[in-house]
Amino acid sequence: MNIIIVGGGKEIHFLTKSFISKGYNVTIINDNKEDSKRLAKTHEKAVVVNGDGTKPYVLEDAGAAYCHMIIALTPKDPDNLVICQISDKMFKIKKKFAIVNDPKNVKVFKKLGVDTVISTASIISSLIEQRVSVDDITNLMPIEAGKVAMMEIEVKEDYPILNNELKDISLPKDAIISCILRKSEAVIPRGDTGIEKGDKLIILSLPKVQSEVLKVIRGRID
Amino acid sequence: MKINNKDEYIIIVGCGRLGSHLASLLSKERKSVVVIDNNEKSFNRLSKNFSGFTIEADAIEEETLLKAKIDKADVIVTTTNDDNTNVMVAQIAKSIYKVPKVIARLFDPSRQEIYEELDIDTICPTILSAIEFKNIIIEAGGED
Repeated sequence: MNIIIVGGGKEIHFLTKSFISKGYNVTIINDNKEDSKRLAKTHEKAVVVNGDGTKPYVLEDAGAAYCHMIIALTPKDPDNLVICQISDKMFKIKKKFAIVNDPKNVKVFKKLGVDTVISTASIISSLIEQRVSVDDITNLMPIEAGKVAMMEIEVKEDYPILNNELKDISLPKDAIISCILRKSEAVIPRGDTGIEKGDKLIILSLPKVQSEVLKVIRGRID
Repeated sequence: MKINNKDEYIIIVGCGRLGSHLASLLSKERKSVVVIDNNEKSFNRLSKNFSGFTIEADAIEEETLLKAKIDKADVIVTTTNDDNTNVMVAQIAKSIYKVPKVIARLFDPSRQEIYEELDIDTICPTILSAIEFKNIIIEAGGED
């Protein structure tokens, strides 16, 4: 698979390294000469193109016509938008990822036809917020830029749902216990599966019902 | 691309040499003009007779555009010094707020065709000047 990454910064090093280790061909476009040199030195297997990635001829030089995936990672949102649009319209690149710096632009990008928009700021802030408010939740992951939330809760002995069967727990409509991790074993629960102490519940839910879910499971809100 | 007489409410994004001059001209024609720029000092470029409004803010942000009443605008012109900002604001105006007439200034002509496709009028000063220069040279040459 051929991947083009446009931008600079710390993330690009990490992404390049991980893509190369998976055997993908990585081309980096960076508009700063010094940074480009450094990138080329650090990642011997990657191709580095020095130029403005929002210009069609630079993308062409980077082999956009034979590329399967492009990641727009510049610090300027308008640049990321233009990179994705040119990739789509001129080079017909199938997968386009845009990072937005201002979370409000996620909506704007989607309306303008860029499907996969990632807002690092909102992902990080939602992760921190949820971790801070509830410490029994050991793992939390937003899916599809926060449209669905996945959380892992360990059942303590004071939880009201303990020893209940799944069908007797009245979770909100937009939430489901999708998996139970019991003593290093994964159980896909049915209606008659009981909840035991120490179970880790993997819960999928819409973000808006998350606090309601927590209330049902833990019997309290704090 | 002529601005019709019925186009009364015009938003100009970017108050550089082009934006400020255009704003002053339109204001003189008694149009309602709002100019947006993220640097307050840019508004010094407006002529003394300019009677429109100015907003100091980043035009990429939704709140700025709403404050400029983009939903009521007849025309929006983007003239910042960054092509990609111009194109992004133009697309927001066209696709989200359905502004009837959207014109973007582009320095780099290589992206022009894409945006014409998206129904955004673009003006590329480089090409316009090149044509003018050519006309003067060829005309002058023809007279000899």
